[in-house]
Amino acid sequence: MSDSDQQQGLRTPKKSAEPPDLLRVCGVTKSFPGVKALKGVDLHLKAGELLAVIGENGAGKSTLMKILAGVQDYDEGEVLVDGLTVRFKGVEDAFDKGIALIHQELNLADNLDVAANIFLGREPRKAGLLDKARMRRESSIFLDRVGLKVSPDQIVSDLTIGHQQMIEIAKALSVDARVLIMDEPTSSLSQHETEQLFKVIKDLASKNVAIVYISHRLSEVRELADRVTVLRDGDNAGELFRQEATHDNMVRLMVGRDISKYYALEPRSHGAVALKVDKVRTIQNPKHALSFEIKSGEIVGVAGLVGAGRTEMLQTLFGVMPALDGSMEVQGHSVVIRSPIQAIQNGLALVPEDRKQQGLVLEMAVRENMSLASLGRDQNKGFLNHRREQDISREMVAEMKIKTPSDLQEVQYLSGGNQQKVVLGKWLAMKPRVLFLDEPTRGIDVGAKQDIYKLMEKLAEEGVAILFVSSEMEEIIGMSDRAIVMHEGKLTGTLMRDELTEESVMQLATGTQTKPISNN
Amino acid sequence: MKKIYGILGVFTVVFILTAIMSPSFLTPYNMERLILRTSLFGIISIGVAFVIITSGIDLSIGSIICLIGCGLPWLLVKMTVPLPLAILIVVTLSLLIGLVHGVLITKLKLQPFVVTLCGLLMYRGITRGFTGDQTQGFGKFFSELRWIGVGKVAVPGVPIDTFGIPVPFFLLLMVAILASIFLNRTIYGRYLLALGCNEQAARYSGINTDRMIILAYIICAAMAGLGGVLFILDGNSAQPVVLGNFYELYAIAAAVLGGCSLRGGQGTIIGVVIGTALMQVLRNMITLVDWIPTHIEYAVIGAVILAGVVADEVVKRISASRRAAASRL
Repeated sequence: MSDSDQQQGLRTPKKSAEPPDLLRVCGVTKSFPGVKALKGVDLHLKAGELLAVIGENGAGKSTLMKILAGVQDYDEGEVLVDGLTVRFKGVEDAFDKGIALIHQELNLADNLDVAANIFLGREPRKAGLLDKARMRRESSIFLDRVGLKVSPDQIVSDLTIGHQQMIEIAKALSVDARVLIMDEPTSSLSQHETEQLFKVIKDLASKNVAIVYISHRLSEVRELADRVTVLRDGDNAGELFRQEATHDNMVRLMVGRDISKYYALEPRSHGAVALKVDKVRTIQNPKHALSFEIKSGEIVGVAGLVGAGRTEMLQTLFGVMPALDGSMEVQGHSVVIRSPIQAIQNGLALVPEDRKQQGLVLEMAVRENMSLASLGRDQNKGFLNHRREQDISREMVAEMKIKTPSDLQEVQYLSGGNQQKVVLGKWLAMKPRVLFLDEPTRGIDVGAKQDIYKLMEKLAEEGVAILFVSSEMEEIIGMSDRAIVMHEGKLTGTLMRDELTEESVMQLATGTQTKPISNN
Repeated sequence: MKKIYGILGVFTVVFILTAIMSPSFLTPYNMERLILRTSLFGIISIGVAFVIITSGIDLSIGSIICLIGCGLPWLLVKMTVPLPLAILIVVTLSLLIGLVHGVLITKLKLQPFVVTLCGLLMYRGITRGFTGDQTQGFGKFFSELRWIGVGKVAVPGVPIDTFGIPVPFFLLLMVAILASIFLNRTIYGRYLLALGCNEQAARYSGINTDRMIILAYIICAAMAGLGGVLFILDGNSAQPVVLGNFYELYAIAAAVLGGCSLRGGQGTIIGVVIGTALMQVLRNMITLVDWIPTHIEYAVIGAVILAGVVADEVVKRISASRRAAASRL
């Protein structure tokens, strides 16, 4: 096995006199159960180069980066460092070759001090004990290199997020990283911290460290990148050099394909306003007040990139996290919603993003899950109404074609699609007036997806107002009568059905453009 | 129901083994005491089962038993408080303790272990304080009241002096039936089971999870309080240093043996009662069988509980993989 690997390594192109690329990826594929995340991706990187990797949600960026950093293995293809084939068995192997990944969520032991974090797992020792003096001395060198003026003795949790990010970079430098992969490094940084980070990044690049920079923020990409590699649906969509990397070009490559595959959606007539949201502010994005309306029978999609605050918006509207301020009206009556209980009483329902954590009690039967929300309504002086529970559950199993040996089967043994139908069934039993769906088709197979789309349409026909969050562009375009788009906690615009294209959504989702919110 | 076959089997085996090994095991007097002890411990174990089902824990049970058990004779005999008022005080106090535990755990998000550990220390300390660490008891008084603890109900055809069913057994029966109905037949029982498995999903389904968890701690403290009253009525006198020591661990162990998972969401009342009976038979066996040294009691009990939960986990895994395989077809 290793023999053939080496042979392949020797055969790699050495046509010109130029030194081989520092890092090269050839035709790498990776499958997960049910999805092919990477379909043969290529990538190359020279020392000191600043490469940006961009793409829509689910384009395969994170998977590719995890492979490069040894976090994940790949199926086919080849990864070469300095022209030699490598296969990382773990993060340590990648470290050995000088590749370090800085995750979006920082991985620091924040109860320890700065020096301890920089040398975590590689602590210098003297007579078997920690050599603290040396750790302190050497960490100051790396802290200097990233321009961070903090003491090595400082406890990490006392630092700002921006400084913690610098510690991560210092840590990477301490293992002699030649390739630094950064996944959305600015997502939780302030403007000032971002500028600071850019200075460090540019400085590192000038010292021959190669940077792979992943971001949804196209303006940052434009400012930093020497070159941009665009991924789409697990494949290379194209490459742009610095001067070509305009907003429009990047968006065009990210979206690419034609949207000819329309969903069977006919224009529907809508009723009166079912839900009116007026200047609601969420805890997570207190800077932006959200205002919009949905009519009964209308399906409204919520588009945006990961971290745009869509889930937080739904959870706030449903009372999981109380809103800071603002008001809501359901069918013309003003309502106060500070808990899911109040939301349900007012005819709202939420199919949450994380079905296993928030939607289902996995150890309980289909029937018990199905009735969980309606038990209170159907109670008989506090006692369970077994008869009604059974009737509703059987009706839902039949209506939604849930595949289960019986409705007494524990839901943990059902497939993802059938589990999602159980969550939906739980809410349909409540006959909601407004239905929130958060990524309703994530991780489920095509057949179940179609079933859920049909169900959404049927509910809309029956007059339910539907607000759904989706990261799948096709779903937003295919299912929405109207879409609202969010960017970093802000509603950046509304698109009517005939205005919905991947480009128009992307422009708003990346904050390139804004468009007034219209409710008609 | 299937879940209790295992524990019922172990109980039967231990019961028969003990009967073979010790001639005094099946004597009427010993059976009477065994039923009595199972009843008293059964009541507190049912209480803690509710808390365990919410994936919580209550370590303060033994100290609540001490507080109420010593407090009742102290109020009646030392302070000469009228009986109805004394009862009102101990009932209110028990409920209040549960309420405070529940509120601290749900509203302040303190860990159940920490809250009830502090309770364990505090209630015993308080009791030793107000009693001056003196033995509390009823002496020759309150013999009618004590009937609840020491009284017997005759079995037809058997002289009551030989054997009678202890009155607390009927209390256990009542508590067990009510608890069973609450857990299996009411929506609140279902809510407890659901939130014990997945609190987030329960909350997203519109269940007032905080209120249900508080209720569980109130039930637990109330049962501990009732247990305290029964223990002192049975014993007549008790020392604040001793009464109820380790009882929370017996209760938790019985609940776990009876099928409650400390991860929450699982448990049956009948299982808990059988678990309690098994614990008491084991203790009885260690006392009665000559060649088992009495001082290794904890070692035996610990080993049996460990064996029980290991066996339970193994069985669960086998059946889970079988079911998963079956549903894939």
